[in-house]
Amino acid sequence: MELSNREFWTIIHGMVLGSLFLLAFAGGLAGLYSYRPEWMTGEGIRERATRLRYGIGLMALVAWLTVLTGTWIVYPWYRENLSEVGDDRYAGCEGLQVPNADCSPRDFLLSQASGDTESWHKFWFEWKEHIAWIAPMLATAAAFLVFYYGRSLAQTPFLRRLAIWLFVGAFAVAGIAGLIGALVTKTAPIT
Amino acid sequence: MSITVEQSEAKPSGPAAAVVLASGIGAFVLGLFTTLNEASSGINDFLQFSDDVGPLSGKTILATAAFFVAWAVFAVLWRGRDVAWRPVLTATVVLLALGFLGTFPTFFEAFAD
Repeated sequence: MELSNREFWTIIHGMVLGSLFLLAFAGGLAGLYSYRPEWMTGEGIRERATRLRYGIGLMALVAWLTVLTGTWIVYPWYRENLSEVGDDRYAGCEGLQVPNADCSPRDFLLSQASGDTESWHKFWFEWKEHIAWIAPMLATAAAFLVFYYGRSLAQTPFLRRLAIWLFVGAFAVAGIAGLIGALVTKTAPIT
Repeated sequence: MSITVEQSEAKPSGPAAAVVLASGIGAFVLGLFTTLNEASSGINDFLQFSDDVGPLSGKTILATAAFFVAWAVFAVLWRGRDVAWRPVLTATVVLLALGFLGTFPTFFEAFAD
């Protein structure tokens, strides 16, 4: 099995960092939801506080790394202008079924060389590339609440619920961005 | 699940309220520049901090800077203080909603130059 540099970074962005954030969400949510004194012993709350701090703190870091690698490493390859020949903006994409060295994924989608693909970029990818950046901000806010309040978060239902809402918001945004990213990659992979 | 506003007895709410409000400000700035980028070719040029990334570079750098600067400013202003959660949460929800609206393609493309 051989991976190009571009395929390697696409995997790091989507399948390693992005998936790690989405998969770890269930554990974090369960941890926050059940973080209440009536359900836990004092020792259990101490142990959970440490686990939540590291877990949700790591998730916030992963969310930042996901958007940074996506925007600054993978996205430039997605949007390269490779296909322009003379006045024909998408000449290099003509007749293709997938993007190649003469036709970037964005140009491939906009060229409609293999069907009705324009909206994959103009609506879906345009949405994804922007909203994804809201996820790490919400995840950081959730992580700060967990770090700052620690064990007292378990004693204060309002703050615990607030942390959950921020955390769920980060997940929802990351989930939308991740799903769109996976679908666009299926239609127009970076090679 | 609903959020009923109450105060924590353990620690002052100021530092926590600062980061929550900052997340709304960061999202709002992202939505604002995403829409302004469509409305003005001058702003589009300004936001091209990187040729490879295009205007997305400027939008995301400014939004991230807004998030961290707002967090730092409010953290200093509200250090050791108990801040009422209700106005902070109301402002955050409104800013987040505007941020989501501004980053929604159907909305920002309506302002295309």
